[in-house]
Amino acid sequence: MQYIDEYRNKKLVLAVAGEIRKVSTKEITLMEVCGGHTMAIHRFGLQAVLPPNIHLLSGPGCPVCVSSQHFIDTAIAYCDIPDAIITTYGDLIRVPGSISSLEKEKAGGHDIRIVYSVLEAVEIAKNHPTKPVFFLGIGFETTAPATAAAIVQAKKERIGNFFVLSAHKVMPPALMALIEDGVGIDGFIAPGHVSAITGSAIYDDVVTSGRLGVVISGFEPVDILQSVLMLVNQYEYGNPKVEIQYRRIVHPQGNKIAQDLLSQVFELKDDRWRGLGVIPDSGLKIRKDFCEFDAENRFPVSVPEQADPAGCICGSILRGLKTPNDCGLFGTTCTPSDPVGACMVSAEGTCATFYKYRS
Amino acid sequence: MCLAIPAKVVSIEGSSALVKIEDVEYQASLLLLEDVSPGDFILLHAGFAIEKIDPEEAAETMRLLREIASHGPQ
Ligand code: SF4
Repeated sequence: MQYIDEYRNKKLVLAVAGEIRKVSTKEITLMEVCGGHTMAIHRFGLQAVLPPNIHLLSGPGCPVCVSSQHFIDTAIAYCDIPDAIITTYGDLIRVPGSISSLEKEKAGGHDIRIVYSVLEAVEIAKNHPTKPVFFLGIGFETTAPATAAAIVQAKKERIGNFFVLSAHKVMPPALMALIEDGVGIDGFIAPGHVSAITGSAIYDDVVTSGRLGVVISGFEPVDILQSVLMLVNQYEYGNPKVEIQYRRIVHPQGNKIAQDLLSQVFELKDDRWRGLGVIPDSGLKIRKDFCEFDAENRFPVSVPEQADPAGCICGSILRGLKTPNDCGLFGTTCTPSDPVGACMVSAEGTCATFYKYRS
Repeated sequence: MCLAIPAKVVSIEGSSALVKIEDVEYQASLLLLEDVSPGDFILLHAGFAIEKIDPEEAAETMRLLREIASHGPQ
């Protein structure tokens, strides 16, 4: 497959790893923000080709993992609205809430449907005009524009029974929160697909106030190693900056159409992240102009706060403080088929990745 | 979730494109991307084309990587 195979070429992987070994003299810890990167690093065994002074740490970039238990509980509460159809991306359905999961609710007879695209949810609403159809909006800047486009579409077509429960989030405040928290890292391998939408300027603060280097990276082995090489070069010369490795996709200015849709439909709100708590201006809320599609506005439900599952250290893992191996439940009580925490559910969750590629 | 895959545009109808990944066909919404033509490669994410793949930038990255490879590791 073009644009994939050449970035998995073994000769190039080894060559870039060799170059890294040549230039890297200092201990350095880099955080790969995105779960997609974590997955690729483990799947292709990249840590093994890197010299031992380079440490990779996974971060908070897995939308399913950072969705709070409160959000899951709220989504479950919507199942009880008469005739409700709940639509969701697949991963979310298995995340345990405080007492149930969407999967269990589905088994219990509620109409919960997995969609691949939010436009399918709009279609379902069109086909069931008498039922309220809820879409669970999760995901970062990569995914949120699709939800925005669907809402604009629904408004155009005057669809009155399509509602979005938005837990969409934006990345930069989470990165700044980690830095303020004193995370011990020397640079970020930044999410390529978030950046395809936002462009590269969203990381300027990380460099100016956080003094950390940022390289926006693609997702294939050669991409990730080249990004590590760029970060190592920055670090060795004491020159942190924002660079784009994933130039075949990411333009400095990002995707203007998607950005315009995002700001047309959403505004920033303080939002709750699993493990990171409430971060100011880190979530996307549907603007008043589109409030007829806002599930929280049309069907307000109130769900009590519950503590995260006992023993689960997802929160510390998402903050780069611990790894799954530090969790007493990892691989015993908590497995992908019977997950305790969200990090074991999503394919790109750090615990699920560690489990799948454990040696 | 932020997974997005290169897909080749086969044809376009209105605000939707028929795209191919290997030999499997998918629909890609073009609501987030304009100036797409058959033959282009786009990045497909959750049913939406979110960006075009720039063949020149891709070639430039590959050139740089091959240059690194030609030095050979020490
Ligand atoms: S292994 Fe399971 S319980 Fe432990 S941190 Fe990961 S998700 Fe939570």
